[in-house]
Amino acid sequence: MNFIDLLDKISGKEALEEKSSRRESFQKIKRIGKQAALASIPFALAATGKKTSAATMAMPAASAMASPTDILNFALTLEYLERNFYQIGLDTTGLIPEKDKDVFALILDHEKSHVNFLAAALGGLADPEPTFDFTVGGALDTFTDYGTFLLLSQGFEDTGVRAYKGQAGALAIDNTLLEYALQIHSVEARHASQVRRMRGEKGWITGNGSVGTAIAAVYEGEANTVQGGVELKGLFDDFGGTAAITEAFDEPLSMAEVNAIAGLFIV
Amino acid sequence: MKKPVIKVELPETEKSNSGKSRRKFLKLGGLAFVGTSLFLTSCEPESEEFVTADARAKGVNNKRVFNLGEGDRAILNYAYILEQLEAAFYARVVTDTGLSYSPVEPNEEQILTDIYYHEVIHREFFKTALNSFFDPGEIAPDLEFDFSAVTFSNRSNVLAVSQLLEDTGVQAYNGAGKLLENTEFLLLAGKIVSVEARHASAIRDLINPGSQDFASGDYVLGTTLLTDIGGSDLAYDRATPPRDILAAVSDTGFLNTRFITNNIPTA
Repeated sequence: MNFIDLLDKISGKEALEEKSSRRESFQKIKRIGKQAALASIPFALAATGKKTSAATMAMPAASAMASPTDILNFALTLEYLERNFYQIGLDTTGLIPEKDKDVFALILDHEKSHVNFLAAALGGLADPEPTFDFTVGGALDTFTDYGTFLLLSQGFEDTGVRAYKGQAGALAIDNTLLEYALQIHSVEARHASQVRRMRGEKGWITGNGSVGTAIAAVYEGEANTVQGGVELKGLFDDFGGTAAITEAFDEPLSMAEVNAIAGLFIV
Repeated sequence: MKKPVIKVELPETEKSNSGKSRRKFLKLGGLAFVGTSLFLTSCEPESEEFVTADARAKGVNNKRVFNLGEGDRAILNYAYILEQLEAAFYARVVTDTGLSYSPVEPNEEQILTDIYYHEVIHREFFKTALNSFFDPGEIAPDLEFDFSAVTFSNRSNVLAVSQLLEDTGVQAYNGAGKLLENTEFLLLAGKIVSVEARHASAIRDLINPGSQDFASGDYVLGTTLLTDIGGSDLAYDRATPPRDILAAVSDTGFLNTRFITNNIPTA
């Protein structure tokens, strides 16, 4: 699949560029004061010498954080993408089997609402809807092959989950927006779980994506086993081992990583 | 401040000797907390007067009243308590000889087993995180639960409780996000909440396969699962404050411990 090659090419580069330094991590603390003692221990850096990728440490430093407006527009673009994708899918005769239409109709309803909400929140600052090409110039049989449609759906939903998660830290300056973003984030995760299971995969992500999924960039960094600076590998061998550890935590993607994925489908 | 210490005490007997520990559990669970409100709204500090006669009779090592504390510690304790509840529930569902009930759907046993593993990992992760920052007395103890109201041999009963726990977990993490001071903790909560949402989606689909229930329907009777924060549809998970969640969990009768939450962040 050309799509996979394309995604493979873009994976990893932004991750390296976004790597946080130790110094920066001290700036991640939202507020000081009573919490200073707690905050002064950078939990995520407790394990020294561990090579940690951007995906596991994706909280950008304050100086690198996007503004709330940028984040809302970033989210709006993703929701435009999903809304457009599902609308075309449902409008394409013979693509989605009858038994699956209810699921995608609900997902479309949710994405429409997310678009409306984000556009309303942004008002005059809202970016216009891009023009999408889900076939990537004809390379993909997205709307003629249900398997491809499902694969892209899974990729978009899992990317959406990772995208919102990656902006949580930057939204911490605005509790209202942060909470709204979290309320969308978990709905995208519900979608992702459902679509993954319709494809015969687990609802959760094992390692760097699951068997049968070759959309590598979407799952870059998902195999992380270091959480809060603690290497969990080897501690849960009687409880599903490394596979379960990677499933138990979803990882964020940076804005650049997400834009690289979404950008493939924007003309 | 102590360095993070990996002191993961895995409950190896939880699975291998589930029969024995279950009996022990049920015996301890006989002292179910009976009361109208789990949390105390007064501003009095934790003191002897809150310790029930039962607690005294069981000795100091068997804490039955716990003060969650303040700031991030309170929120982490809160998450730890919820993960303890979930893990303890699934430990009763997933046994050496298979599920406690007869599964119906393909992969049903694997789904429940995975979820059990994930919740154990979450629980031990929070325990480790808390132990890396706080003294033992500031960390929620190993809790006892009373699941006498659950018929573990009954599929619909087990799945209904599972759905309630997972949906509640999603709402709890969504509501706790903005209350966390440290954005590293916020990211970690974000990594977990989407996994809880994946669980909730899968369990809901097990109950009503192929339907829209994975992301719609009721949370509890009379309350929709999703809400509308200003889009155009019920397309957003709820975000519920800790005290409301703890009160709801208390109403299930599963908790044998009273929690003092007068200092838990509310905004």
